[in-house]
Amino acid sequence: MELFLIFLGAAFVNNFVLVRFLGICPFIGVSTKFETSIGMGLATTFVMVVASTVTWLIQHFILAPFGIEYLQTVAFILTIASLVQLVEMFLHKASPALYRALGIYLPLITTNCAILGMAVLLAQGSYNLGESIIFAIGAGVGFSLALIILAAIREELEFADIPKPLRGAAIAFIIAGILALAFKGFEGLV
Amino acid sequence: MRMFKDFTKGLWAENPTFRLLIGLCPVLGVTTSVVNGVSMGVATTFVLVCSSLIISLLKKVIPSGVRIPAYIVLISTFVTIVELVMKAFMPDIHSVLGVFIPLIAVNCIVLGRAEAYASKMPVIWSGFDALGMGLGFTWALVLLSSIRELLGEGKLLGYSVLGDGFTPWKIMGQAPGAFITLGLLLGLMNLIPIMINKFKSKSSKAE
Repeated sequence: MELFLIFLGAAFVNNFVLVRFLGICPFIGVSTKFETSIGMGLATTFVMVVASTVTWLIQHFILAPFGIEYLQTVAFILTIASLVQLVEMFLHKASPALYRALGIYLPLITTNCAILGMAVLLAQGSYNLGESIIFAIGAGVGFSLALIILAAIREELEFADIPKPLRGAAIAFIIAGILALAFKGFEGLV
Repeated sequence: MRMFKDFTKGLWAENPTFRLLIGLCPVLGVTTSVVNGVSMGVATTFVLVCSSLIISLLKKVIPSGVRIPAYIVLISTFVTIVELVMKAFMPDIHSVLGVFIPLIAVNCIVLGRAEAYASKMPVIWSGFDALGMGLGFTWALVLLSSIRELLGEGKLLGYSVLGDGFTPWKIMGQAPGAFITLGLLLGLMNLIPIMINKFKSKSSKAE
């Protein structure tokens, strides 16, 4: 039950994109097509789960015991960057089909602030390893959900008569605002 | 002249927030009040200028195969400096900005300038380029945070401006207000060049 609440909290109540403002760049940049948004969502969720595990281990077995928490940003970002590289190489070898589907999104994920943001949030909190992984899955699902909803709406918008200055990113942000309003309905759920 | 051009392009023509649409997480996340917006802008500008200068100095030393990890380490070192200084001297602002301070390290503006400009250009030009980009980012933050603080709390810089009769628009301080205000501002920034062109073509016809 506790774990389910952590999942709900990360995915809906404190949605990474619409409530915490993390990962806005891919949210606006990769949300023009429905299919690509699914690929990006899956790839991000995957990296989030792996990154949360590894950064948790680093935080609790290297940084905290030696009292070098101030190196957190440097350590985490290096870990995430090399992790993304490793995942890319591993997928390339182990599962070419998955690599073809997710490969082009992986390099973009290194600078996705949702990943580093999640690692830093987890390091500040007091979750154990299992709870951290559930939190990461929730965060990934929440990110994917927001991305896919926005992409589906933006595909429909192609046929709408939008005032010229608002075309593109501007209207996407206004839609995101309305989505954020809808996600406020989850407030108080957990 | 070249330096002046490098400096001013970040302010308008290639403004990171309104033109290039990069580094938008802090733009939305910290702009609930002007003080937060300015602190975030200054912190990012500091990281941007320092990392651009160092990367430009080291551009011949860093092998191109490992340049991205090298840049990331340099940038996150400066971010750590900013974080420790803020924690020591401005603990209130540090706790409000929270997770967005370490996230300067993955702000696309910083790595983008390093990769696109500082890694190829002379040191002084890179410095001015970074300063212009940083100030362009800062004024965008200030504009957005003034609107949100004014309508969300009826205040500017903590002083009451709109009087007691004003009912604060609570939503402006929260996530939906941030998204919608930025969307409308982007629309406005797109409208300005269209209007200028219209005005120009009209006046040239009149001649």
